[in-house]
Amino acid sequence: MKELLSGNEAVARGVFEAGVKLASAYPGTPSTEIMETIGAKFPSIYAQWSPNEKVAYEVGVGASIGGGRALVTMKHVGLNVAADPYMTHAYTGVNAGFLIVSADDPEMHSSQNEQDNRYFAKFANVPMLEPSDSQESKDMIVTGYELSEMFDTPVLYRMTTRISHSKGIVELDDATETVNKEYVKDASKYVMIPSNARGRHVVIEERIDKLRKFSENTLMNFIEENGSKVGIITSGVSYQYAKDVAPDFDYLKLGFTNPIPLKKIEAFVNSHDVVLVVEELEPYLEDQIKAAGIKVEGKKYFGNLGELSPYRVAEGFHKAGVIDALKVAEIGVEKNMFPRPPVLCAGCPHRGAFMALKKAGVAVAGDIGCYTLGALEPLNAMDTCVCMGASIGNAIGMEKVQASDKGTVAVIGDSTFFHSGITGLIDAVYNKSNVTVMILDNSITAMTGGQEHPSTGKTLMGKEAGKVDIATLVKALGVKRLINVDAYDYEQVLSTIKEEVATPEPSVILTSRPCVLMPARIMDEPFVIDSELCTACSACFKISCPAISASEETNKHGRPKAIIDQSICTGCTLCAQVCPPEAIMLKSQFVEV
Amino acid sequence: MSNKSYSILIVGVGGQGVLLASEIISEAAMRFGYDVKKSEVHGMSQRGGIVSSHIKIADKVYAPTIRHGQADILISFEKAEGLRALDWMKKDGVAIVSQTELVPAIVTSTKGLEYPKNPVEKMRERADKVISADADKIAAELGNPRLVNTILLGILSNYMPFPTDLWIDVIRCRVKERFVEINIQAFNRGRDVKLSAVEA
Ligand SMILES: Cc1ncc(C[n+]2csc(CCOP(=O)(O)OP(=O)(O)O)c2C)c(N)n1
Ligand code: SF4
Ligand code: SF4
Repeated sequence: MKELLSGNEAVARGVFEAGVKLASAYPGTPSTEIMETIGAKFPSIYAQWSPNEKVAYEVGVGASIGGGRALVTMKHVGLNVAADPYMTHAYTGVNAGFLIVSADDPEMHSSQNEQDNRYFAKFANVPMLEPSDSQESKDMIVTGYELSEMFDTPVLYRMTTRISHSKGIVELDDATETVNKEYVKDASKYVMIPSNARGRHVVIEERIDKLRKFSENTLMNFIEENGSKVGIITSGVSYQYAKDVAPDFDYLKLGFTNPIPLKKIEAFVNSHDVVLVVEELEPYLEDQIKAAGIKVEGKKYFGNLGELSPYRVAEGFHKAGVIDALKVAEIGVEKNMFPRPPVLCAGCPHRGAFMALKKAGVAVAGDIGCYTLGALEPLNAMDTCVCMGASIGNAIGMEKVQASDKGTVAVIGDSTFFHSGITGLIDAVYNKSNVTVMILDNSITAMTGGQEHPSTGKTLMGKEAGKVDIATLVKALGVKRLINVDAYDYEQVLSTIKEEVATPEPSVILTSRPCVLMPARIMDEPFVIDSELCTACSACFKISCPAISASEETNKHGRPKAIIDQSICTGCTLCAQVCPPEAIMLKSQFVEV
Repeated sequence: MSNKSYSILIVGVGGQGVLLASEIISEAAMRFGYDVKKSEVHGMSQRGGIVSSHIKIADKVYAPTIRHGQADILISFEKAEGLRALDWMKKDGVAIVSQTELVPAIVTSTKGLEYPKNPVEKMRERADKVISADADKIAAELGNPRLVNTILLGILSNYMPFPTDLWIDVIRCRVKERFVEINIQAFNRGRDVKLSAVEA
């Protein structure tokens, strides 16, 4: 049977076909839909969201040691968080098969960096697979589990945004019935104290030698002969781009990319006049090939920033002199177009927090989530954003060196607080920091599309879940000042911030209004603007609500008055609270004259 | 099946239904017997940002994205976004543009930013075939603003080799039972929008 599947859906299907028993993850674009598909379509697999990637990874390791095939998925930066168990997991190896999906994000469509996680495979000495379309995304998962068990190793499965989020036709196979492996207690293999780990390092070295031989022979590394003098060495989506531009070159397409098949590469290079390495981001393949004394070129022509594309590959081929003409677009780019950045939804509870933070003029250490949009104009109320959970640590440091005389506030979402904010708050209590931490609790992991988390009361599989109460947790950590505020009450949020930054001890301001989009749309009675009263002062434009726009009507200076789109206003009241002439009111209170 | 290939770029603003439209086109292409790939980026785009979806249809498709300047067809759910994406299209490609106008808050709140005047006219100055339809108005006549999507697919169908029955079958699978009839009407209204009629 054939189906049109995204790379992520295909991975989920592969996991099903491979008879995986447990999948755990923390969401992160572009990896999230793998787990969502498993949760929705394959109930035979136990699947769960963990509070962060490290825990997700450790849960997977437990399942694998216990005898069931396991999957963990994460975005590229998630592997930084899970790197601690990952690096030592390479030492212990597996019992039942274990795959780590790392979904990298070249171009940073939704990420804070574009690190190339292929180096993580070399770093830990574990084998790596790189699919180049949806069909391979499914098939190579099944092969990956066999490999993992055959070589007793975790396998890094490296996707990128274009593989994860592109759809293609996939020929489906049946699921294999796997029987759990027997759980055998084996301290020399699973207890990594120095005396045992030394022995395991030897095993790693032996294993990588075997894998090197495997890499030379596997069908995942194949040659396509077209009788061309130009040879291309490539992997992942770059293969598809190159084939699109020059289907008639010869190809050495690598699907198994750690360790790389140097003998095969050398023979391929020797039988061609010119060989180019086409790969996205860093010169991962190129540097290794050159280090082996084999003559190839790559980054010189294609660059190492952002995503490749059919056009960029064609441009690189042209620079390298292997294609003559470069077909460029006949229609020029339209200049001076306005930007259309993403914005907080109409009625988003985060808006109130950032309006108040901006007004208070404090230094704001930010974090990652929908609320990061508070950094953009016109709200412009965030000073830092480094990685998930960083806000609290950043704020502690800023406050210790007294970066701002108005005080320092850390802003963090609920899911992010569970992910890696808790330890930051412990630091604040322990080291007697004066920081104020605002936890924006919107009862969902919104940024990544609305996933459950430890305080939403539901699991990934849609079942009732245990609930961690944020307020109780915060108090238990030793925070004495915990203030609950209504995110839609601008004055209350503002005065609370002012009071708490002036208090010489750590405090937590907890907002509690749900996301208006997820899990269900929330719409209250909309507001309207009385154009008779509106003075075109632009105060409501500055809160950046997509429901508010310029009206055709102007004041006597020709400045536009404001108008509210009734179909998207949720009635959050925030604009009405900042309107000086009180021209904004509930629709039912508006009497037209 | 002909051995033609089609590169279709769909653009719009988060929440307009760009992704559903590209699902339907890709599904129809697969059922017709073509190879097909489509690609879009999820994430930040859902919060009112620009959404674009690339669809590649041929006997054998490699790259999931269109080469810049090589789209045969551009479908835009919003007129300024059509203008913004015009350079992705071949000069003799077909642009299908809904007259929908969505001015983002940032344009209202920032001095010096402007929404272009007559984006469709600007497109016509540079591309040969620009079809613009008042899809919002047609949808309103049919009683449901969400039908814009299907109306645009109806217009597209005039430029694709798939039989009407195939389109309707796919739409049937993708919309709720009680909306099937109205979607078929919307599709047919779209089919009636022709290049010559609009140009005249
Ligand atoms: C280590 C890491 N894992 C995952 C992500 C992806 N990610 C970014 S923000 C976010 C969750 C945000 O949820 P929350 O803090 O509740 O804020 P909201 O979006 O709901 O406002 C996730 C999962 C990331 N950037 N880094
Ligand atoms: S999805 Fe929810 S949290 Fe994100 S911007 Fe919209 S309302 Fe705010
Ligand atoms: S009440 Fe005002 S700020 Fe809130 S959603 Fe409506 S228009 Fe936007």
